[in-house]
Formats: sequence, structure tokens, C-alpha cells
Amino acid sequence: MLALQGAFARHVAAIERCGAEAFEVRTAGQLDRGDALVLPGGESTTMLKLLATFELVEPLRKLLADGLPVFGTCAGMILLAADVTDGRDDQISFGAIDLDVRRNGYGRQVDSFETDLRVAAIGEPALRAVFIRAPLVERAGPEVEVLASHDDVPVLCRSGSVLTSSFHPELVDDDRLHRYFLDELVGR
Amino acid sequence: MADNENQGTGSAQGTIRVKRGLAEMLKGGVIMDVVTPEQAKIAEDAGASAVMALERVPADIRADGGIARMSDPEMIEGIKEAVTIPVMAKARIGHFVEAQILQALGVDYIDESEVLTPADETHHIDKFAFTVPFVCGATNLGEALRRISEGACMIRSKGEAGTGNVVEAVRHLRSIIGDIRRITQADEAELFDWAKQLQAPLPLVQEIAETGSLQVPLFCAGGLATPADAALAMQLGAEAVFVGSGIFKSSNPAPRAKAIVEATTNYNDADILAKVSRGLGAPMTGIGMDEIDVRLADRGW
Repeated sequence: MLALQGAFARHVAAIERCGAEAFEVRTAGQLDRGDALVLPGGESTTMLKLLATFELVEPLRKLLADGLPVFGTCAGMILLAADVTDGRDDQISFGAIDLDVRRNGYGRQVDSFETDLRVAAIGEPALRAVFIRAPLVERAGPEVEVLASHDDVPVLCRSGSVLTSSFHPELVDDDRLHRYFLDELVGR
Repeated sequence: MADNENQGTGSAQGTIRVKRGLAEMLKGGVIMDVVTPEQAKIAEDAGASAVMALERVPADIRADGGIARMSDPEMIEGIKEAVTIPVMAKARIGHFVEAQILQALGVDYIDESEVLTPADETHHIDKFAFTVPFVCGATNLGEALRRISEGACMIRSKGEAGTGNVVEAVRHLRSIIGDIRRITQADEAELFDWAKQLQAPLPLVQEIAETGSLQVPLFCAGGLATPADAALAMQLGAEAVFVGSGIFKSSNPAPRAKAIVEATTNYNDADILAKVSRGLGAPMTGIGMDEIDVRLADRGW
């Protein structure tokens, strides 16, 4: 669990409710210890600054290249995307999944919303999806599997061992997406 | 008030979950007071998770005296355009029209703040009436729960803004977290007395007894000036920190801002704290509690 900044505590709780072990990562040494990584929601610019400061950029890039299973939510999705618009000029992303995203593409906080989302991969009932200053997916590459869309825009995407959501599954008491990640991508 | 309450099946904006959600995203971060777009950029470059746009930092408000009001919308918009991170702004206690204006401007969070001169000596803003979320200050748990009962989605311990003195922030944080801990030890009958003593709604007190934590994220503000101050607040149990005058009233704001961000992330790692605390230049001078005439923390009811 990348714990530089953001909603990492809620993710840790969700993963533990699924019966898996979770620990917080703030240094390169801790990064190597896990079987999978979750990049939480928060502020992507803040996380990028801290990734650089604590020399985590290259170790993380290498782990992603080696196929580490990773789940990125909101800011985490921005970090994993191929291209980011409306970010800062110096904003980098890891290109772990072939998505182009627009930061705050759904608007500011007053435009943030929650809605029911049908996700065939986890079945019924619908998932309550909370979008907070969420990134908007503007292009999904041919190898990206779109697991759910809202208003015809992909919001939950998978590509190999990478899972991304533009919403926040950790903010609701419904752990099915965390369970899906652990069962299908991590293969515990 | 539980965040798993049924919010219907359709799309909805401004729900408690959406409003508290942004506070969740700001956890582990530093929210910095800025008065110009240039300062906002410095804050963002340093890794701030949000900025608070205001006309004067609390130290200047304290020095200047007079009435402190909501900032000029033009100034807030300038800051919104300068950065990609969330922008907060302050409204006076009880001044719901200032809050309406800030919501119309599209700010991401409103701080109903004791740092500005109160507009109402009895009533706080009905925060349920807004789509934009609110943060409010509190000196103790009763005040925090009264604000939550009015719809606040984030609480910050007040401290004493503009002093560069962390002592009040520590007092307020210890009071809030200590009472939460004590309530979890109370039996059912004692909870009625707790609600009475705290002047807070009984259901909120009962919920704390059950969960052991405040209903909304608890951040710390008021007097933080150094990386060590930020780490102190975090180790005491704050989930993020506000730094106001402490950055831009210091001799070298950019490195100090960056160091405070790094200290907030690694608040438990003394080696990193020692490293980031080096060579930051002079912190803001600060003032002792016996040297001030006005206690901003006393504002709020």
C-alpha cells in the first residue's frame, strides 16, 4: 500500500477485511516486500513529488515493468496512465496501462458525485461508486479491458496485471473490487 | 451519520460520502495558506495537498487588527487558475452568504473559520444546505461534534492561528483525542452524561463509543511552524496538517514548505525528520500565549 499521502488507511482496512495482509510503503526497501501494490486516491502532484524525493520512481518503474500486480484508484490511476492532460507541465506517469486521462476531468469538488455502477466482473448488486475530482478516461488502448463505464466513459479498466478505477472503492463498505483484485490479478 | 447510509441508487452530488471523501483524499498531506498565485505555485511545487486562498495570513490579520472577511473572488480565482490541487477558502463564522459566494466560485472546500471575524455570535452556517464541503475548527470534542451535527465534513483542531506557537494545537488535539479514548471506555449510562457535558448530540457520542473515532477526518491547525511541529501533530493523532503563517512568514518558504510535507509523510521516522529539519533558515518568530490580546480559538460556539 503506497502511503505517501491520501486515502491509504481506508484501502488497508478493505484489504484486511478481504483476509489479505497489508502494509504501508514509504521507502524503496518496503516496496520490494509485497506481492502486489495499491496506489490510493489523493493528490497525484503531491504523490509524484514525494515519489521523487524518497527515490521511489525508478524502483516502482522497474516493478511495474516486471509485472507487479497493481491497483490504482483515482490519483493512482493517473500515476499509472500512459498520458495525462490538464496536469502540471512536469507531471510524469508510469504508462503501465494504455489510457489517456484528463485530471479533474469531471470537474471540481462541487461536481463530484456518487452513482450506481454495474460491473459484470463482480456481479450484482451494483457497486456504489464515489467520484471525487475524478480523472476522466479520454482514450483506452486496444489491449485495455473496460470492466465498467459510466455515461459511456470507461471508469474501471484492466490491462494484464494492472487494474485502475477513476472512482474510490475504498470509500464504501463493499470490498468486492478489492477481492477481485486479490483473486484475479494477484492470484492469492 | 454513518457513511454507509443509503444514499439512493441514482447519481447524487454533495452527499455526505462525496463531501467527506475529499477530506479522505487530503489525509497525510499539508494544506498551506497562500495569499497570491505565486505562493500557491510554491506550495504546489513543495508537495502541498491543497492550498487555502486568503487575503492575509493569520499573523498579519492578528497584527493589522480590524475586521477580517472573505477574500476577494478575483484573488481566489487567480489562485484556482495557478494550481491543479484543491483550493479552499475561508468564510466568516455564521456568514452563509460568503459561503454561497465561495460555492458559486467553485472552491473545493470552505473553512468556516475563527481566523476571520465572526458574523454571527450564536449560529454557525447550516452546512447541509451546501454541495461544497466544509471544514470547521474545534478546541474540544463537544465543539467538534456540534460542527459535525451542522454538517461539517472535516474537523481541524484550532490551535492559535498566526502565533507560530504549537502549544494550543497540542492542547486541542490532546483534548479531542483524549475524550474520544475516554468515551470508548464509558458504559451506556455514562454516555448520556458525556453528551450533556460535551453539549453534543447523544447519537454522535454513542457512535464514537462504538467506533472509537471521530465521524470525519481530524486534521490539525494553528501555530505549526516547523517539520517537527507537523510530525508532532501527526504522532498525536492528527490525520493531516494545515500550515498557515508558518511557511510564508519564515525566512525561506520553499524549502521549509517541502520539509514540512516530507515530515508529515514520514512523521514516525526520526532519521528522516532529522534530515529534513536541517538548514531551513529562520522559522517565523512567533509569540507566546501571554503576549496576545485576542484568542482566535475562543470564537465559535
